[in-house]
Amino acid sequence: MTTGPAGDGPSQPLLRVSNLRKTYGERVVLDDIDLEVAAHDVICLIGSSGSGKSTLLRCLDLLEDIDDGVIEFEGREVSDPRIDKRAVRQRMGMVFQAYNLFPHLTVLDNITLAPRRVHGVPRAEAEQQAYELLARFGLADHETLHPDRLSGGQQQRVALVRALATKPALLLLDEITAALDPELVGDVLTIVRDLAAEGTTMMLATHEMTFAREVATRVCFLDDGRILESGPPDQVFTDPHEERTRQFLRRVLP
Amino acid sequence: MERRGVRRHQRIRSTSISTGLVVLVLVVLALVVTGSPGWPRVRETFFNGEDARAVFPDVLGGFWINVKLFMICEVAILALGLAVALARTARSPWLAPVRVAAVVYTDLFRGIPTILLILMLGFGVPALQLQGLPTDELFWAGVALVLSYGAYVAEVYRAGIDSIHPSQVASAEALGLSHTQALRHVVVPQGVRRVVPPLLNDFVSLQKDTALVSVVAVFDAVFAARDYTAYNFNYTPYVVVACFFIVLTVPLARFTDWLSRRWMERERAGQL
Repeated sequence: MTTGPAGDGPSQPLLRVSNLRKTYGERVVLDDIDLEVAAHDVICLIGSSGSGKSTLLRCLDLLEDIDDGVIEFEGREVSDPRIDKRAVRQRMGMVFQAYNLFPHLTVLDNITLAPRRVHGVPRAEAEQQAYELLARFGLADHETLHPDRLSGGQQQRVALVRALATKPALLLLDEITAALDPELVGDVLTIVRDLAAEGTTMMLATHEMTFAREVATRVCFLDDGRILESGPPDQVFTDPHEERTRQFLRRVLP
Repeated sequence: MERRGVRRHQRIRSTSISTGLVVLVLVVLALVVTGSPGWPRVRETFFNGEDARAVFPDVLGGFWINVKLFMICEVAILALGLAVALARTARSPWLAPVRVAAVVYTDLFRGIPTILLILMLGFGVPALQLQGLPTDELFWAGVALVLSYGAYVAEVYRAGIDSIHPSQVASAEALGLSHTQALRHVVVPQGVRRVVPPLLNDFVSLQKDTALVSVVAVFDAVFAARDYTAYNFNYTPYVVVACFFIVLTVPLARFTDWLSRRWMERERAGQL
């Protein structure tokens, strides 16, 4: 029912969720969620559509109000309604399934908007940093284009750069390859793999099981709003404890 | 090759049919009008070349007032409309009075016919004899136009702002932007861009409605025409004024069409 032991992570987790509950009216979409994320963890949320993966990520970014439970981020309770949500979001990055780039701004302006307006980075410095990130992600010379001139894979990479430009302590990725053509998925996953190798702390909802198995430090299987099973990828994928997990994996694994 | 020939043939046929029909309808209309029993009389009173020439300088002078009024009011309306639209979308409890004021304003001023507003403000406010307020009818007629159109334009803006998908706000907020910053950098720029065609449409309408200021004795084109008519018992000046307005509004209307088409094409291109 609950997550496994916090394991061998450092004493102070980056994010701790306990007993989280979220409802839309009568419908319970998340229930009894307990989760700990230490620095450099890569947590993969798997489970069928509607199991609550996206909602959980949105709750963590405070885009959705939760009904019960506690979210602690960097040692502070952030589920308190009196908290300044902006301060929390400045330390988290989120990438959405549908990219959600700003269509009226160029690639460069999309990326530098938050560093300049929220973090007070001078324009030249923000742009310099954007150029570096773009070059690293194979998007050099695209900075003056508007998002609609880019392919889906390029847009999603820009969205990743935009989230990384504020140097977040925790990166939340919400099914970022789900809207892409199969041939474009690879480019985006390569980047996430590199980020994981560098030690970026990430939490991602994904349907790419092979990828999850490869990059995750821990996999959480969500079913009907609950974390049914969680553990190291090798254990969850090869020897799941729960029958539901086994059923799900049989359906999605080749 | 043969298909191409057939298609060209079909195209030529449909073009000639439409051209022929348009010409035919125009000819029939012209015959009906000029053949009517009162036509000589109407031609004398509405389409008199001599009167047209005589009144032309006065109408031109008056029309300049219409143009100036339009230009100044347009800027003021754009600013007022956006301010009211933003006030209506404000969520902070501290701004509740502003929000209520904005709702009352739009309901009230969209409900009052523009001509009544011009009459009330143009004659009413100067009659107050308040110190420091201008007593010029033209000024107050302009204020009336701004208030009346500002209410419409505010609703157009609001429709644009509301049409922006919530996911845009979500991603702005996820980046740490405040609600105001999200409005300023993400929502309003996109919303305004979407409503430019309907806004321009409102301005075609405003150009015409500057003629209403003649009711408070502002010496605009219509007033000049009425002045002439009253002395010479000839209605040709009205036709002259109408021509002036057409010359002014048709280019703006065409520009509006062109702009909407271009943006539509661009948005569709983006979806490919």
